[in-house]
Amino acid sequence: MNIDKKIATRQSYGEALALLGEKNSNIVVLDADLSSATKTGIFAKKFPNRFINVGIAEQNMMGIAAGLSTFEKIPYASTFAVFAAGRSYDQIRNSIAYPKLNVKICATHAGITVGEDGATHQMIEDISLMRTLPNMKVMCPSDDTQTRWAVEEISKIEGPVYLRLCRLATPVIYDENQEFEFGKGIQIGNGTDATIIATGVTVSESIKAQEILKEKGIQVRVVDIHTIKPIDEELLVKCAKETKQIITVEDHNVIGGLGSAVCEVLCNKYPSKVKRLGIQDEFGRSGKAEELMQYYKIDAKAIVECVEK
Amino acid sequence: MKITDINALNKKANELRKSIIETVYEAQSGHPGGSLSCSDILTVLYFNQMNIDPKKPNDMARDRFVLSKGHCSPALYSVLALKGYFDKKDLQRFRKLDSYLQGHPDMKKVPGVDMTTGSLGQGLSSAVGMAIASKMNEAGCRVYCLLGDGEIEEGQIWEACMAAYKNKLDNLCVILDNNDLQIDGKIEEVSGLDNIEGKFKNFGFHVIKVCGHDISSLIDAFETAKQTKGVPTAIIASTIKGKGVSFMENEAGWHGKAPNKEEYERAIMELDTAQYMG
Repeated sequence: MNIDKKIATRQSYGEALALLGEKNSNIVVLDADLSSATKTGIFAKKFPNRFINVGIAEQNMMGIAAGLSTFEKIPYASTFAVFAAGRSYDQIRNSIAYPKLNVKICATHAGITVGEDGATHQMIEDISLMRTLPNMKVMCPSDDTQTRWAVEEISKIEGPVYLRLCRLATPVIYDENQEFEFGKGIQIGNGTDATIIATGVTVSESIKAQEILKEKGIQVRVVDIHTIKPIDEELLVKCAKETKQIITVEDHNVIGGLGSAVCEVLCNKYPSKVKRLGIQDEFGRSGKAEELMQYYKIDAKAIVECVEK
Repeated sequence: MKITDINALNKKANELRKSIIETVYEAQSGHPGGSLSCSDILTVLYFNQMNIDPKKPNDMARDRFVLSKGHCSPALYSVLALKGYFDKKDLQRFRKLDSYLQGHPDMKKVPGVDMTTGSLGQGLSSAVGMAIASKMNEAGCRVYCLLGDGEIEEGQIWEACMAAYKNKLDNLCVILDNNDLQIDGKIEEVSGLDNIEGKFKNFGFHVIKVCGHDISSLIDAFETAKQTKGVPTAIIASTIKGKGVSFMENEAGWHGKAPNKEEYERAIMELDTAQYMG
């Protein structure tokens, strides 16, 4: 992991999308007046005829994306996570997920790491809302390399996908030779004292915690769950069997998110005690992203403390 | 297959109405009122206007129809069956567990259904997406979207109208089934909605007002819409909820209620002896 090289996944998304536009002429990008923040503006500049700005009308954007997909277009609809999964939930449910249309919902600014904007803009329920929808697949990449891969990968998946992206610049974890597979988590390290299961921005924090713990003689492994639905059941069970404790950590409410998804698998396949770090069922607040990660106990320090407890 | 004779189209619309009554009666569930109010509109679209072929329901070059007021599925399913998309006998299984004819239209289950609808206010956005895609592909498809007048109380409709105007969707034709009633009563009383014509005009639409039960005027309106360039068209069709069955006409109570045996027989008898306009 390169601590010094930090890139926000929304930035990787925007750049990857513009490259994908060259490879695939069916890609159409939609935005709701946030193209400078979601970084779809990069695509818009390059392919103005395949970019649709709907204005501040997210629900309409989801419907237009649904319609475009019936003409074999592959729409990437972007806005902040709170407006995508929250405001447009019913449009995603009835016009996209139920008819299983080939729409990619790419939501940036997820979680409390949005920072200063505060609770109204900090979406901590989107993993929960999206993964409960039949037909929907859910991804949350953890770094620049993985995001670039995911942006292209989801274009090859027939049907709706929710791609969760973040505003906060986080370290580049993987080099360009790293191989990724949809639905397959990535195990980092072989420690048996604990497994730390993370997704998105909390993966790099987990790796930092892993290094701190190593110096203290505690050997943990980190599991990067970039695909939350379908989740890598095999890897979760393997880690539960091989390690002494399971901890999940996410920039999301502990209800319905990664922690819940892990528990759903383990309660069936290998009942284990799971400690869930995340937002403890409360709304967020304004502050710097790093401060908020500390405040809500989803940073490396909190993970270390949790393992040591 | 295009029917141009007005009397023949009126007969077809009457056949459609009978099918709606039979379908809802068999299911003992469904929405007859709004289905009957849009019967003439659907007849004109499917038998006179749209470029479609029931043998090729997925042909990319076909015109599209989005029933945004998805609860009027008895009308859509019936017109598709009459057109030959599937066996009319299947209508008897409407809303039943083993049937592909769901309560609201499901594009993945029913041949000829171009968009899944049911949650009001959403269909027009999908239709806008289709019309944009058709223009991007230079496919030359026309996209028709039928809205209920109660439905336009949903804000998303006006978001979609903005997008239709901005994208100069002259291949999009909205039809408003203006029967003046919604579940809880008169539109004006329930929501305060009025001056619908002015609203569509202000959103940049070419607006045509027409009697929604006058086949010949409907054809003229659709032909005018085709000639309109640069802006989308909204055909505001004045209709009667429950049209064709005397005791259902203008009664909000028949929005989502199935007739009993006696009512069913009376409705069919009335439709069998109907005198057509035009």
